Amino acid sequence: MDFPLTAIDPTSLLILAMLGYVIGSLSGLVFCRYEKLANFCSFGFATVAGACGTVACVMSLATGATAAPAQVLLLPPLIPYVQFTMRMDALGSFFGLIVSLLAFALSLYSIGYARGFYGRKNVGVLGAFFNLLLLATTLVFLASNAFFFLMAWEIMALSAYCLVSFEHEKEETRNAGVLFFVMSHIGTGCLILGFLLLFQASGGYGFDGFHALGEKMSPGKRDAAFLLFLFGFGVKSGIVPLHIWLPAAHPVAPSNVSALMSGVLIKTGIYGMTRVFFDFLGTPPNWWGVTVLTIGTVSAVLGVLYALMEHDLKRLLAYHSIENIGIILMGLGAALMFLHSGHPALATLALIAGLYHTINHAVFKGLLFLGAGAVLHATHTRNMEEMGGLAKRMRWTALFFFVGAAAISALPPLNGFVSEWLTYQALLQGFGTTPSLIRLMFPLSGAMLALTGALAAACFVKAFGITFLGQPRSDHARHAHEASFPMLLGQGILVAACVFLGLFPTVFLKLFDPVTQQLTGQQLSQQLSVASGLVLSGGAAQGGTVSTLGITLMLLCLLPVPLVLWALFARRSRTRIAPTWDCGQRGLTPNMEYTATGFSKPLRMIFKALFRPRREVQREYDFSPYFTTNLRFESHVEELFQTRIYRPLRWLVLYGSRRLRALQAGSLQAYLIYIFITLLLLLLFAL
Amino acid sequence: MNLNPIAIVLQTALLLLLAPLMSGLIKNWKAKLQNRRGPRLWQPYSDLIKFFRKDMVLSEHASWVFSVAPYVVFVSALLAGLMVPMLTMQAPLSLFGGVLAVVGLLALGRFFLALGGLDPGSAFGGMGSSREMTIAAIAEPAMMLAIFTVAIGAGSTDLSHIVQASQGPVWKLFNPTHAMAFVALFIVLLTETGRLPVDNPATHLELTMIHEAMLLEYSGRYLALMEWGASIKQLVLMMLLSNVFFPLGIATDTSPAALGLSALAFGAKLLVLAAEVVLVETTNAKLRLFRVPDLLSAAFVLATLALLSTFFFG
Repeated sequence: MDFPLTAIDPTSLLILAMLGYVIGSLSGLVFCRYEKLANFCSFGFATVAGACGTVACVMSLATGATAAPAQVLLLPPLIPYVQFTMRMDALGSFFGLIVSLLAFALSLYSIGYARGFYGRKNVGVLGAFFNLLLLATTLVFLASNAFFFLMAWEIMALSAYCLVSFEHEKEETRNAGVLFFVMSHIGTGCLILGFLLLFQASGGYGFDGFHALGEKMSPGKRDAAFLLFLFGFGVKSGIVPLHIWLPAAHPVAPSNVSALMSGVLIKTGIYGMTRVFFDFLGTPPNWWGVTVLTIGTVSAVLGVLYALMEHDLKRLLAYHSIENIGIILMGLGAALMFLHSGHPALATLALIAGLYHTINHAVFKGLLFLGAGAVLHATHTRNMEEMGGLAKRMRWTALFFFVGAAAISALPPLNGFVSEWLTYQALLQGFGTTPSLIRLMFPLSGAMLALTGALAAACFVKAFGITFLGQPRSDHARHAHEASFPMLLGQGILVAACVFLGLFPTVFLKLFDPVTQQLTGQQLSQQLSVASGLVLSGGAAQGGTVSTLGITLMLLCLLPVPLVLWALFARRSRTRIAPTWDCGQRGLTPNMEYTATGFSKPLRMIFKALFRPRREVQREYDFSPYFTTNLRFESHVEELFQTRIYRPLRWLVLYGSRRLRALQAGSLQAYLIYIFITLLLLLLFAL
Repeated sequence: MNLNPIAIVLQTALLLLLAPLMSGLIKNWKAKLQNRRGPRLWQPYSDLIKFFRKDMVLSEHASWVFSVAPYVVFVSALLAGLMVPMLTMQAPLSLFGGVLAVVGLLALGRFFLALGGLDPGSAFGGMGSSREMTIAAIAEPAMMLAIFTVAIGAGSTDLSHIVQASQGPVWKLFNPTHAMAFVALFIVLLTETGRLPVDNPATHLELTMIHEAMLLEYSGRYLALMEWGASIKQLVLMMLLSNVFFPLGIATDTSPAALGLSALAFGAKLLVLAAEVVLVETTNAKLRLFRVPDLLSAAFVLATLALLSTFFFG
């Protein structure tokens, strides 16, 4: 591809973008007394910076500048080993593209969204932390030194914590913030240990020195590093069973931040896994891939099942993030297995499927959270049972949310379908890579992916149907109003991205070439595109093709069929608007509508072994139980991981701490003895 | 692998014309088997024309989704049908998508159908949507696994290649892998088309209906499109079953003789499948909603066994 902008170096453009975030952050703080100015400056700079970053990353991927990326020293080193270097290599640029694209759309949206906080909260602080988070996330993807990476990682976690706790006057928010903080730091602890293992083998902290380091490590240490990184990055990306913070923290944050967290922040975990497993640790043993594939499958199915039980719109979306991380990990896990069995081309296909789903999920989940934010803004509630009828009151938001819902349900011709199609292709072709019984995993995970997709469709019929269709179920919903223009524009950009990624996969696949070249040494975009780029192929000869563009065009071409039928037979028929049939009652009321809880009842019953649903009904009646005067209904679903793992674990930690308190008696002499004993032990150990 | 406009137009026409006939045939045979006279074979055509001519009533609560849904349901089923081989081994649009796209398109139709049920705000529609999405979700893994079994055997998700691969020298139905996958997919066919052990197409009983509940608020030409779309979907699934598992007689070229033979064979296969559906519907009572998962997990287990058996017979 030839770019007219080749005169500009992508790296400098990206540094410019990061400067934009810095300025946006500072201007938010400086103008925090003047909320309008702070809003425009901080989010305005973030929008421009996001646009610059998007252009920079696309340029870098398209022009092949990523083949030999130059190390850029951002700050002079202060301490040995700690070098503030970054480089725009292919993998970093790809994830940089995700964060920049989302930054662009979300910041634009935020200009409208932050108006809702005027007079209530400090918008300048929101803007400052928002920019800081974007900056830190960009640095996480581009840092090329382990220390620098960990610093950016920490800044990211801390600024995210501040944003989650933005509405800290609510207790739910404070609890969620603390949970996020604790889990995040357990994860970081594992990462530090993992990087120490890598340091031990390479003698430095530069990512260049880590490349294919796994070959030089002893198998035990390599496996230990794998597990540490899997745990550390797994916490951040919200894999089951480390996910519990995610559905707590994402919904309570302001919606633009929720979109950023679900769209980009959890992808830092995916980035880390891809970087470490594919770039650093060398050819993997089989069980790594099996583990990742299993975790992915379990996360996908459980994530969507728990999502189905939610009637809090934002919590529902948060659970779907767990599901989609699972789908991404299916691709990555399969890729690891294919690398082990010596099928680099197939591994590349699986890797592309995973990474394609990564950007797809960022785009449609960002879109859905923005839609949820607009709904929240208009109705002041996250409870779907109080919504309804919004499609008539918020036309554009409804349409945009609909596109996101169809995309996440993997319906053709949108982008979710494309990446899941690639995942299916990789899994099916994987069946032939090994003669052992392990190969059954591929079609079985494929079947679970099908279950996930169908359940996601059910869940989004519920989410869209209950929220936007039917009659309004509360006064808030009845008086809802359309979102402001910047908010719609931000959603519109992501809708355009969904459509582009869905309809033109072969164009976008070209950007993957440098990434896969770096990680597996293969380039597949030529093989995956047939019929001059109109059709996407699964890579294998006669393996199967799909063309989302063709499907769209054919759907449009077939549309005249019903229209001709209409013209032929129905020319003289008229259309009348009338009330919905009410069985002869005196009009339907919103109380008679199906609820979100009712919608998911069949699935709650079918999977009752997992959900352990409990319900409590109290009836008051005067003379006959059939004429109830007062009814109270309560229904609960048990979170198995909370009650079975985390609650005992928390008890254990508290119990242990109480016991340890005996050591900390407060007497100076005792402390001196401890120090002395420790010193003695260390000396003995050193001898 | 290029697109043949004539094939596309012909297959579209055949899909449109044959689909109501299959529904009528099943209804008629079912009645005969139950000692009733039953409606005439071409009754569905008269019904569709009648629906088209009627005035339409739209709910005051309905939004654009309600009006878009019939078109999407109809067109997506039609497009899915163009990706499945009918008379020729080469499906007209197999370049644009194989079996995964067929499943995706059917899911697209279902998504709109269920939202159309929720849109007018009636409790019946919500009930139908909820049940439809639930049952479809549990049917999906069984369906995919059965499809994977044949797709892996053929090394392709392209239906034309799958048909080509299963057209071996030996009749593959006696292959246990194929037989088990066939039964699994047949159960899915019953589920997806709202047939008896799962849903009863003949009644409008409030508490048991699934598909009909979603259509309750539709009338006039929208209802016609919905009904026609449902029968096209049924035909597409029957085509899938008959041609993938019994590719006997399917035309490999476009000579008139081969096409004529293929048409005869295809007709015979459809009649046999219809007879099977009729038999199952007549001999089985409707299952309680919460027993349906048992049936579908049986299908899933069968499909898994089919996959396992590839180790021994594949």
